[in-house]
Amino acid sequence: MKKNLTWKVALIAGTLLIFLWGIFLGTDPATSIQVMKQQGLMAGIQQNIRLGLDLKGGTHLILQVKVNDAVKADSQQVVERLKDYLRNANVNYNDITIEDVVNHPEVITIKGVAASSAGDLRNVVAERLPEYDGKSLPGDVWTVTMKPQALTAMKQNAVTQAIETIRNRIDQLGVSEPIIQEHGLGEYQILVQLPGVDDPARVKDIMQSTAMLEIRQAVDGGASYPTEQAALGAHNGVLPPDTEILKGTVARRSADTEGPNDAYYIVTKSSAVSGRDLRNAQPGQNQTGQPSVNFTLTRDGGNRFYAFTTAHVNDYLAVVLDGKVREVASIKEPIRDTGEISGGMNEQQSKDLSMILRSGALPAGIKYLQESTVGPSLGADSIRQGVRAAIYGMLAVMIFMFVYYRFAGINANLGLFLNLVILLGFLGFTGATLTLPGIAGLILTVGMGVDSNVLIFERIREELRNGKTPPSAVEQGFAHAWLTIIDTHVTTIVSAAILFLFGTGPVKGFAVTLTFGLLANLFTAVFVSRVIFDSILNRHQRGEALSI
Amino acid sequence: MELFRNPNIDFLGKKWFFLGLSLILSVGGLLSILFWHHIPLGVDFSGGTIVRVKFTTPPNADAIRADMDKAGLKNARIQPYGPAANNEVLVSLEQKETSEQALDEGKNTIIKALSGTAPEGKQDLNNVGYATLQQYLMSKDPLHAGTDAEQRYNTLARQIVDYRDKSKDGVLSSIADISPAAPPEVVKSFESDFYTSNFGIRNVDIIGPTVGKQLQKQAVLATLYSLLGMLVYLWFRFELIYGIAAVVAVFHDTLITVGMFSLLNVEISLTVIAAILTLVGYSMNDTIVVFDRIRENIKLLRRDSLTDIVNKSINQTLSRTVLTSGLTFLTVLSLYIFGGEVLHGFSLALVIGIIIGTYSSIFIAAPMLVAYQESRAKKGAGVAVLPADRSKDKVKVKA
Repeated sequence: MKKNLTWKVALIAGTLLIFLWGIFLGTDPATSIQVMKQQGLMAGIQQNIRLGLDLKGGTHLILQVKVNDAVKADSQQVVERLKDYLRNANVNYNDITIEDVVNHPEVITIKGVAASSAGDLRNVVAERLPEYDGKSLPGDVWTVTMKPQALTAMKQNAVTQAIETIRNRIDQLGVSEPIIQEHGLGEYQILVQLPGVDDPARVKDIMQSTAMLEIRQAVDGGASYPTEQAALGAHNGVLPPDTEILKGTVARRSADTEGPNDAYYIVTKSSAVSGRDLRNAQPGQNQTGQPSVNFTLTRDGGNRFYAFTTAHVNDYLAVVLDGKVREVASIKEPIRDTGEISGGMNEQQSKDLSMILRSGALPAGIKYLQESTVGPSLGADSIRQGVRAAIYGMLAVMIFMFVYYRFAGINANLGLFLNLVILLGFLGFTGATLTLPGIAGLILTVGMGVDSNVLIFERIREELRNGKTPPSAVEQGFAHAWLTIIDTHVTTIVSAAILFLFGTGPVKGFAVTLTFGLLANLFTAVFVSRVIFDSILNRHQRGEALSI
Repeated sequence: MELFRNPNIDFLGKKWFFLGLSLILSVGGLLSILFWHHIPLGVDFSGGTIVRVKFTTPPNADAIRADMDKAGLKNARIQPYGPAANNEVLVSLEQKETSEQALDEGKNTIIKALSGTAPEGKQDLNNVGYATLQQYLMSKDPLHAGTDAEQRYNTLARQIVDYRDKSKDGVLSSIADISPAAPPEVVKSFESDFYTSNFGIRNVDIIGPTVGKQLQKQAVLATLYSLLGMLVYLWFRFELIYGIAAVVAVFHDTLITVGMFSLLNVEISLTVIAAILTLVGYSMNDTIVVFDRIRENIKLLRRDSLTDIVNKSINQTLSRTVLTSGLTFLTVLSLYIFGGEVLHGFSLALVIGIIIGTYSSIFIAAPMLVAYQESRAKKGAGVAVLPADRSKDKVKVKA
């Protein structure tokens, strides 16, 4: 009995065409064709099949957001608010602090609360600080602790915000196709991949800068002191209320001043405006022709700045960046919305700083946990070696299959070829990255994929030996091998899936190619191979032997 | 062509021989893990700094070591990498010399130490990055480019770096070497502001302690989860005892593979773990083929003893077991020979693992089933009958 295979053959041809399209034309055919015309076939394919950092070169960074910084900043504000609330509620206490700033900045400790005020304190916390829990400890001590959900949300928010800020900064650096995403499970880590960046030092500095800009008032007429002691000494050891000493990075104004550059300033703790009030920042030059950063403030920030400068004409203001004084200037007249940072910068640094300020402040500091850089020469080598290994491996398999199974071997080899086309086309369509281990996954797909053919062919041979006719042997061979093939694929794919969940970068690429290679193999080794067998059997004379 | 025509080998009769062999391999590896090389961890897991350097001439390890000592890196490890003709060296620092406060400090010190006495005020053309080069060209403007300067110099910088890295393998022996990629004015400008050192950095890996520990934990977890996954799947497809037998066999493969890495003192990196996880899945394949046949034969040959059935099943499937593993082995071998240094550990794990995995499917997993049933029979559980398959697993044969 002859089988009608028309629609099956059409399905196979269609699949072949679709995935060839994926390889050569991808999701954006116009660009691919253009690239191919200009730079050749390989460049066109690379346009569609994205190569991992290990193949095209670049920098891979893992960094951690110091989320406790963000919590600390918030808690410090809450301490100030709490002082107000407690004063209004007539609750007396001796001391209010964050005791363990490093590990538990979310816990505020209030000491010396009279037993009679306990109820009032409880009410203040319940009404004014709904995200906090108040708890009484022995010895008139109270703790006000941020609720766990609020704490988690705040930390998570810090990570999200950090990713946003870093993305803004990297976009402005002109790195093409960067990847910036959360990494790991609940460790507040961020993965940054920068293709083509071979010298990460500058990019890292730019990412790491928290860029917390504040304008505060500088007391003592903006005077600088050579040491902290000197600054303290000027006030007989007691600083004016609500002020602190900050180190300055104001550089020597002229080259002839020798010696250390350190300078300390006494500035107010509170700031008139901060980085959040910035509308724009641009590199420029100050009156003496030195590189500077000129910034403008938002309307709201400008109003506050105007009020501040109006109240402080002839006083001094300090521009504080990341806790260091960058600029001290006298206020000659009320200023509405512009300012300038200069000194100690070259042209590049002024460009970078304005860019960083435009991109906004990081909610918390970051530290680098991992840094890998792959030079482009290594990537090119890896591609060469990977492709060579793939070609030789595939040739070896194909030759063996042909020698061992004759015609059926050709059948398997056609399937293998289609298998690879589907896999590569899949990569082209989805934009999944091909890494060096990914190429290894491709090679393994060939080796493991052909296993399905072997299982089927061996079963067919066995059935033939038991005296079955070719059509029935083929039928039985496919039917019996099917479950086993499913089993073998499931076990390998389960391993690959776990690898995908736990792995990083290149290893993920391996898991992806292996998984989809094996899924495609179900189609090619079972369906396609069967169609080829059937079309041969259709032309068979009764009693003619099957070449297997 | 056929490799095995009706083989009839008494595999179970020799089970003590094979169990002994496995024992020797496992214990050998374990002893090495415990007392000799331990588990040699790659930088991904142990943390630390690795800089891969390519030199223009054959490198002198002693001279490099002296440079590192001078720079204060007393514990730097210097080892040749890849074929000698590549002139490549790995310089590595241990975890304790890599702190998260200044993650790239070690790398910078290494590069500085290798640079030695650089000419005053000149930059190294072999180790300059694209961005720095582009800035240099913009500020020098050797071509007196007009309005499109930025774009022209971007392209030029990219072209120069590409030529150096891709056509010259990352190192130039003189400034003149760059001539094919840069106009004469630019080469001239380079000659006054650049020099060429005798090395280029091919890649850098710096892993802080947090990431190293995290990856170690994840690698162990991933391996355990995949073993568990296999157990559950085989339990679902066959019976619990089949799952246990298969997982013990795969665990045995993993142990021996890791043991071999320890014996050979080859570092276990993240990609090696990927290879081991793949093996966990792949070793299952042969085991499943044999188990499937055992189950099929139990129904067909009810009179035979279990030992005979298992023996017969292994013999019937021997041809496909050897062929499937052999073909996968061919591709893995190609990867091991041609795949390059970066994938060396990965392909080595697969080469070892596929051999051990095939061996264990035949000689460990199936005999375990028999041993279990025999011990049950001895305890008086009656005639050993393996649980036959369940109706839902029946193969549907189309008419």
